Amino acid sequence: MPSFRTLLKGLSALKGLSATALLVVPLGACAPDGGTGVQSQKLAAISSRGKLICGVEGTLPGFSYVEPDGSYSGLDVDVCKAVSAAVLGDSSKVEYRNLNSSERFAALASGEVDLLSRNTTNTLSRDAAGGNGLSFAPTTFYDGQGVMVPMASGITTLKDLAGKPICVESGTTTELNLADRMREQTIPYMPLKFQTSDQTYAAYLGGRCVAVTSDRSQLAGKRTSFPNPDQHTLLPVVLSKEPLSPATVNADPVWADAVRWTLHALMQAEEWGLTKATIDARLAEARADSNLADLRRFLGIEGDFGKQLGLPADFTVRAIRAVGNYGEIFDRNVGPGSKLKLERGLNRQWQDGGLIYAPPFR
Amino acid sequence: MATPWWRNRQAFPWLMQALVGLVVLLLIAFLVGNLVRNLTAAGLLLSWHWLGQPAGFDIGESVLPFGAELPYWRGLLAGLANTLRAVIFGLIGATVLGTLAGMASFSSNGLLRRLVRLYVEVVRNLPLLLQLFFWYFVVFLSLPNGTDALQLPGVVLAKSGLYLAGLQNGLQWGGPQLVNGVWQAPLRMSVEFAALLTGLVVFSGAYIAEVVRGGLASVPRGQWEAAASLGLGWLASLRHVVIPQALRVIVPGLNSEYISLAKNSSLAVAVGYADLYSVAETTLNQTGRAVEVVILLLSAYLVLDLLISAAMKGINQLVQIRER
Repeated sequence: MPSFRTLLKGLSALKGLSATALLVVPLGACAPDGGTGVQSQKLAAISSRGKLICGVEGTLPGFSYVEPDGSYSGLDVDVCKAVSAAVLGDSSKVEYRNLNSSERFAALASGEVDLLSRNTTNTLSRDAAGGNGLSFAPTTFYDGQGVMVPMASGITTLKDLAGKPICVESGTTTELNLADRMREQTIPYMPLKFQTSDQTYAAYLGGRCVAVTSDRSQLAGKRTSFPNPDQHTLLPVVLSKEPLSPATVNADPVWADAVRWTLHALMQAEEWGLTKATIDARLAEARADSNLADLRRFLGIEGDFGKQLGLPADFTVRAIRAVGNYGEIFDRNVGPGSKLKLERGLNRQWQDGGLIYAPPFR
Repeated sequence: MATPWWRNRQAFPWLMQALVGLVVLLLIAFLVGNLVRNLTAAGLLLSWHWLGQPAGFDIGESVLPFGAELPYWRGLLAGLANTLRAVIFGLIGATVLGTLAGMASFSSNGLLRRLVRLYVEVVRNLPLLLQLFFWYFVVFLSLPNGTDALQLPGVVLAKSGLYLAGLQNGLQWGGPQLVNGVWQAPLRMSVEFAALLTGLVVFSGAYIAEVVRGGLASVPRGQWEAAASLGLGWLASLRHVVIPQALRVIVPGLNSEYISLAKNSSLAVAVGYADLYSVAETTLNQTGRAVEVVILLLSAYLVLDLLISAAMKGINQLVQIRER
């Protein structure tokens, strides 16, 4: 019975809670703490399972998309691969779960996925323990909300949308920002909400809505899969700040730190010019030269950064070997080397005037 | 000689009942305790104060007025009203369609009989979700828009909805008008609602047709012949002799079809209609209160279905044979 199934989806949060509570008790007792007192139920569970379960969008070109051969690709997917490489030493040991925006938080809270890497905006109420109770990793894409319209419509501002239907995905910050901006400018409008992005864009392409609103990167990504991409344009207006960040649950700070510093490592690698191609040469160089202290610590030759995080000593090397540095990930999936052709913009390194900034590895 | 206690015919059954009752109580206590313990551990203990906070989202189409500044409970109420609107119109439509189709299976016209058979078999054997997608994305979204819309005097059918003439502000008669590229009319129905209603009516109509056919078939052939020998025509026999007897079989069957229809209305979310489930899903996301929202949802659909059952029970008593 379909209505029963949809209700069950909502209940999975409840079911999962008791299931994880039963599972983690015995696992927590034998967590490999490496002698530093670092204990994480999640890390222990991932190691014993031998794979990382990663929640992704799955239908968004450039971020997470299923290729014709069934493999996943995209910026969000590369985050999963980097974390899997850091924890398990193999970037292919990832099980992807496609989640729509309404399912994602319940899936994470119930333990159905270990990591949510699904163009999710970092906000107060999602971070707070009294709200969704997530723990956000560093932002992997600084975005803003935009509006896409057919070029032939002649619409150029929000005011032109007065009284017209606008397609939006339900359960997103997009939905709330749209309500706020329209209320500020007292523009009456009609939101048409759909459960998945596929339904949302199908209704837009079907001509039911005169506009569709979402993160600008998502609009650009989806546009590449339209029958006539050049007949649709993004309005110049930016409705909000959308820092898209991977997330884990609040309840396991050790696991959150492991994810956080794996991402910082990818960003630090770009700052120092370590790439997928050169990482092994630089590793050999650092091994031979004990004066390269910063690099030796970063690569796990000296010190115990990995151990402090509950990760292998060379977790940074493994992650970079698997997916390259942050800049490489960006270029390959959404930058000039991809169909989306997005500018780096705010997503440049801090020395170049962007917001990508890894704290010191020390 | 005293009988041992396990052969005591008064005490033993009571003891067994008490034992089973105790086990059931313990099981419930364990489940509730487990729920509360885990929710507390996850910091998700039930709380309801969020219901009074401003929702912050809008609802596109609503019977009750709603805006982003109103609290969540008003949003959920607006969703419930939208659900009731779909269920009530759905029940009426499905009953009319199902009754006509059920009666047509006894028609002397062979083409009509076969058409009804085709309708019932095709519709019953396809998932409702697919049918809703078909009605929405294939049928209704293919309608022309703006000035190209299908226009009859007082009626406009466009991609954005169905617009009807009616009385507006004061007692002025007004027809649909195109204002700034958007149709306006005193009475309007969005295509999302139209797609949902069409889907529900067509789907439940097929099941109700079978219930009606079964009811009519349960009346012995002799009753038709007896009515005919009294000089009653086809329609009069049906109305005064056959239907009163068939209703006793039909009404209990209808009850479960009506309940299914009410539950199936929650698929509205797939075609963008803001029903209770759709609003609850948005609420669940914005507040993170999964357990509370699901409890509210379950209770709402349970109460709705129990009310339908109670009403049908009343109707069932009306159609029973009364011995004189």
